[in-house]
Amino acid sequence: MKYKQGNYIILNKSAIAREIYSFEILCPEIAEIASAGQFVHIRAEGFTLRRPISICGIDKNKGTLRIVFEVRGEGTEKISQLNKGDTIDMLAPLGHGFTVNDEFKKVVLIGGGIGTPPMLPLAEIYREKSVVISGFRNAYAVILQDDFKNTGAETILCTDDGSAGIHGFVTQPFEELAKNSGIDAVYACGPMPMLKNISKICKDNNIFCEISLEERMACGIGACLGCACCTVRNDEEYFAHVCKDGPVFNAEEVIW
Amino acid sequence: MADLSVKICGIDFKNPIIPASGVFGYGHEYEELFPLEKLGGIATKGTTLHRRTGNIAPRIAETPSGMLNSVGLQNPGIDHFIDKELPYLLGKNLVILANIAGSTTEECVQVAEKLENTDVHMIELNISCPNVKHGGAAFGTSCDLAAEVTKQVRKATSKPLIVKLSPNVTSIAEIAKAVESEGADAVSLINTLLGMRININTGRPILHNNVGGLSGPAVFPVAVRMVWQVANAVNIPVIGMGGVSSGKDAIELMMAGASAVQVGAAIFTDPYAPIKIIDEMNEFLDSKNISSVRDIIGSVKPW
Repeated sequence: MKYKQGNYIILNKSAIAREIYSFEILCPEIAEIASAGQFVHIRAEGFTLRRPISICGIDKNKGTLRIVFEVRGEGTEKISQLNKGDTIDMLAPLGHGFTVNDEFKKVVLIGGGIGTPPMLPLAEIYREKSVVISGFRNAYAVILQDDFKNTGAETILCTDDGSAGIHGFVTQPFEELAKNSGIDAVYACGPMPMLKNISKICKDNNIFCEISLEERMACGIGACLGCACCTVRNDEEYFAHVCKDGPVFNAEEVIW
Repeated sequence: MADLSVKICGIDFKNPIIPASGVFGYGHEYEELFPLEKLGGIATKGTTLHRRTGNIAPRIAETPSGMLNSVGLQNPGIDHFIDKELPYLLGKNLVILANIAGSTTEECVQVAEKLENTDVHMIELNISCPNVKHGGAAFGTSCDLAAEVTKQVRKATSKPLIVKLSPNVTSIAEIAKAVESEGADAVSLINTLLGMRININTGRPILHNNVGGLSGPAVFPVAVRMVWQVANAVNIPVIGMGGVSSGKDAIELMMAGASAVQVGAAIFTDPYAPIKIIDEMNEFLDSKNISSVRDIIGSVKPW
């Protein structure tokens, strides 16, 4: 794993939904080595612990990364107060990202709420070969639909209350898709109950599935062993670490 | 350039800054950012006789000016450390403090025995981990138990023996005197202070272990006080730690009586913290025309 720590300039900031912000950050040395599914560890001024945020866009030509995050507490609120032109302290790119395979002909990308942003770099890789199913609480929380459409991906939108797209969870349209053969891989990020259900559907239908997890984290690079996740490798139960072994895991390795 | 070198129990450190056990693993992850040889030493991840899986997550919580952890001594076991980690670290031109722990006195002894025929420089016996149900802090909160485990480990090793003390006691100076009397060559302190946070929306503690160890800048004044009290109570060197996040903090802890300083949670905020602390100490000493960092050890002039 290769990573750097430094202060990088925020080129653009926008609020894309209530309490959800998008930053475009100039960091050529990080963009150069970043891959889909990895995350950045951001220092929030005045706080001891950094905040892990998934990467939503990688532009190696422009040397930029995009992150999209939701204000969840005091730390993310502090980060959200940074503005265009400010510098942001990042340790990145971190973690083990998604497995990308050029031979896959059809993939399904599933995002739940603020788990949707890490799906965008995959949509930019797989483009027309991907179906993006994303789910949100309601119409006000919907993000990134145009970004996904611009990649050429097919998009399916769900909301919990039916105020936009399909009324229901992402698992409903996914279950329909999964029954029809031809899906080579499923990638998902979102709430644990969603990931658990998707993993089960994939297992039942024998589909390769990778999921991105989150956990309270300290160092971000595998040294402190704070972000434990119970997994099975070689038939042995093992506390893997979300920051280094993940955040992306093969769904069959995770013990729910 | 001031002279930053210190000598503890006959071991030469090129500077007094040591990443504390538990924050730094066995060093590999931070080597991606800077050469390990810039450090005075490394206190390696607490290692037990057998592999330990640690506690269920969440193991980490933010607190005002600090954090809680309840990792629970997850480690691959002493044989793995000796075979896979130690040879690499020994080639790095810095002092290796092997932090060891056990659920019983016998386990601590066995771990120390396994290290006896290695080239590890020092042993740091952890009698203060707050996150394990047996052993751990139980040893560290009773003078009798602390003395007994020190006595037995002392018999098992000829290496310099540092005993790492818990702050969760009425008198840390009494514990320090107890381990000194049974042959400890040095003491290190403070381990984390036992703390707790509750998510008021769910009514659940944030840590799955319910309680965990508090570290970070919040505990720094407690560390200064305890280092000062212990340094005044014993005749063996004191290695100070607890919330150190700047060169000035390290200087302060050394003035209180520390011969070297371990850095913990600050590394999570800024992975370069140990390197910056070394540079800042140097700048401070130069600005005061102090030629050697050794001159400030215990130099506080109490009222």
